[in-house]
Amino acid sequence: MSVGQSIRRLEGHAKVTGTAEYIHHLRLPGMLSGKIHRSTVAHGRIVRIDSSAALALPGVHAVITIDEVLAVAPSPYYGPAFHDQPILAHRKVRYVGEPLAVVLASDPHIAEEASDLIQVEYDPIEPVFDEVAAARPDAPIIHDVLKPAGMFTDLKHLGGRSGTNVALDARLRRGDVSKGFAEADHVFEDTFTTGKVIHATFEPMVSLAELHGADGLTIHTASQSPSFVRAEVSRLLGWAENRVRVRTAHLGGGFGAKLYIKLEALVAVCALLVRRPVRIALSMDEQFYTITKHGATVRIKTGVTSDGRMIAREVETHWNGGAYADIGPRVTQKSGFTAAGPYDIEHVALDNYAVYTNEPPAGALRGFGISQLVWAYERQADIIAKTLGIDPIEFRRRNVLRKGRPHATGTIVSDMEIDAVLDLLEQRMDWRRPFDRGSGAIRRGRGVAIGLKACISPTTSVAMVLLYGDGSCALQCGTVDMGQASDTALAQIVSEVLGIPTASVRVVRPDTDVTPYDMATLGSRSMFHMGNAVKAAAEDVRAQVLRIAATSLGGGGVTELSELEYVDAEVVSSRGARMTLREIMLARFAMQAGTIVGVGSFTPSYKKPDLSTGQSADVTPFWMLGGAGAEIAVDTETGRIEVTRLVNVADVGRAINPASVDLQLTGAAIMQLGFTLFEEMVFSDGQVVNASLADYKIPGFLDLPADISAAYVEVPHSHGPYGAKGVGETGVFSPSPAIANALYDALGIVVRHLPLTPERVLRAIREADGRPLEDES
Amino acid sequence: MTDGSRRTIRFTLNGRTVTAGIAVFETVVEVLQREFALFGARESCGQGLCGCCTVVVNGTAVSGCLYLAAFVDGADVVTIEGLAAHGVLDPVQEAFVSQGGLQCGFCTPGFVLMTKELLEQEPHPTDDQIRHYLSGNLCRCASYPEIIKAVRMAADRVED
Repeated sequence: MSVGQSIRRLEGHAKVTGTAEYIHHLRLPGMLSGKIHRSTVAHGRIVRIDSSAALALPGVHAVITIDEVLAVAPSPYYGPAFHDQPILAHRKVRYVGEPLAVVLASDPHIAEEASDLIQVEYDPIEPVFDEVAAARPDAPIIHDVLKPAGMFTDLKHLGGRSGTNVALDARLRRGDVSKGFAEADHVFEDTFTTGKVIHATFEPMVSLAELHGADGLTIHTASQSPSFVRAEVSRLLGWAENRVRVRTAHLGGGFGAKLYIKLEALVAVCALLVRRPVRIALSMDEQFYTITKHGATVRIKTGVTSDGRMIAREVETHWNGGAYADIGPRVTQKSGFTAAGPYDIEHVALDNYAVYTNEPPAGALRGFGISQLVWAYERQADIIAKTLGIDPIEFRRRNVLRKGRPHATGTIVSDMEIDAVLDLLEQRMDWRRPFDRGSGAIRRGRGVAIGLKACISPTTSVAMVLLYGDGSCALQCGTVDMGQASDTALAQIVSEVLGIPTASVRVVRPDTDVTPYDMATLGSRSMFHMGNAVKAAAEDVRAQVLRIAATSLGGGGVTELSELEYVDAEVVSSRGARMTLREIMLARFAMQAGTIVGVGSFTPSYKKPDLSTGQSADVTPFWMLGGAGAEIAVDTETGRIEVTRLVNVADVGRAINPASVDLQLTGAAIMQLGFTLFEEMVFSDGQVVNASLADYKIPGFLDLPADISAAYVEVPHSHGPYGAKGVGETGVFSPSPAIANALYDALGIVVRHLPLTPERVLRAIREADGRPLEDES
Repeated sequence: MTDGSRRTIRFTLNGRTVTAGIAVFETVVEVLQREFALFGARESCGQGLCGCCTVVVNGTAVSGCLYLAAFVDGADVVTIEGLAAHGVLDPVQEAFVSQGGLQCGFCTPGFVLMTKELLEQEPHPTDDQIRHYLSGNLCRCASYPEIIKAVRMAADRVED
């Protein structure tokens, strides 16, 4: 009835009228605004923080440093993987932009002015920025001791390790890779790198905290992970979780930026210290100092037979995690094990290093490390195909994983349709038709790529569906709608089960006092995990309704459950009697009132990979497969690439809301287009020099390919709700290598670093011509 | 902040005459939010580049995060909240909802106001004209293809 329909998003009216609720808009009576003073050096010991001039400014209420924080949070270190990040810099600073102090004032302008008056004296330490250099034994050490968080048991062995910047080394071994290379007819070895980029969510990070007497704290925050925030803030304060309430609203974008702890611990301790509500809202430029996407160095070596079969692959990846681990170690491990790609390769060795550097912390950004890996393995795929004289799509067909075959982790592939995605890509790209390669200065090329992701596991979602006295209904779940239209899709599931219109389902904003536990809104997990939980909760309501009807239908006489059917929001008996939901409620509660609560919970099966081999029989609840095809025109005189066509294809299981699936696939691809062509954080001695949208360009209308489209394969996943899988990230996997493969097709040149700026492209063109451009002075 | 830095301004806001006490350095967005609880224009990039803060002053769209509130003294100001004042969506708003031309919604009011301005100047824009006219508005969720569809649909409707 509603599943499979492109139903309009529930909050569309509120968003086009400017009335949708965002935490950005929240003001609390008597609140103070906080402005952060940030480190100006990349690595150093803090000698002295002088707040006197700031405190002397009229209107300043307080200046908070770590000394004050320690009074309410004696162990002030947080993080989802490592407890390594202090609420404010503690003894050391580890990157330019690290929060050192907060000025609190009623007037945000005064707080801002005062924050510039704080003087900090540093004792500088040699910094290290490059992820490969930072992993060397002689590198300056950024954290004295590794402190893994308790939450992930597979990080426990790292506890107490010292003298290294490698936060996590994750390995996978399958077969015997040296034997594979010895048997191969050709061995290819390449290194590909990516720069750091940023989410640039349009609602910049914002959190507020307020106290409720002696026993409660509410944090209002633009967060993708309210449940995590509650647990972590409770831990930091030494409080029971039920004393901390975390609520959110619509998010003005997330993309992974608003996960785990960002400003929440800081506003909580500030509110506790000054006993007043506190709001801290970042500006766009401050987001560049808060969380980024990992830059990566990927060395990939592949052994191939002369007929184009890949038989051995070794991938060593260094992930630039920045100064604090955030979720970086999970990116390293959970994406790292897919570094061999969607291919059936007998001998595989994968080594992934999460490395601390003196840059801003890196965490999750739409795709969780996958796009960096696909960039490398799909770029190399075309080098191999061309060398062997095999069509790129045909080369992939000879190597892809098929149902029943083991992935490099040992997990047997199921519920994934790589061949169908390749077929669709070939068809949408008109691959068999002749292609005009241009002439003169403008040359044209085309390329394809496919990428694989495993959904993070194991995680849990819990949902409640409530039926009210008048027969209307609400969904309480912790999935945060940050634009992906999850409210609508999850309401469609309730609608499907209960036979009521989607638009009549009230979706309650995540609030840990109200909505049950959900791991977080990340990694394309919600449609699958929360979708299953919501479906179960709605089915629980339906079962209760049927039981009530069984005792109420037919004038008091008991009806057998087997005689009843639930049809379009009514219970119908085989004898023709009917009851509406309103009548059910009246029957159950003896007045037009009451609540029926349906509960659903979902945790997929999972087997933890072996620590030394990465092998697991059940490593993920579902695989995501995304492909892209690009046609480009490149100006050989300027190096500028114009993407004229971008086709995005995916295996989505089943589209709950087809319009939303299109929007996700295309939106993700355009975001990745920015990361491919121009987005890059530029650093000078650890200082981001382009921390603004004036200097860090993101895609706008004029960057849009003339022809951009999405298409997908629907083969229902056996465990997905109505067969659905996640799709929020799939569109980012493949555009970068597809575009670079098109450049390779056009000119035969290899650019090894993302983004493919005109300068990098021109340098590669001139180098291939034997007339290299001189280096920048 | 000294007393000399404050003043009272009087202007028309979505058809009503209003007054507000402001500081001279305050922007239109700050004053709309604090004095009138209007949050449809909101600051994102803070540099007048993204269009999230768009408001219409004397018939022209401006960046409300840069435009000083003092300058709207005596002016006619329209915000996104003025479009569907009587509960009925403007055809442009309706088209954005129906074509799915939004995701997180933070930039949407700006796109709606710019689209209205475009259609006033060019009732039948080509796709190229749409792209160029809206190129000063950014959408990080990148709903651009759907926004073009929405503008086309609104153009068809506004015509009637």
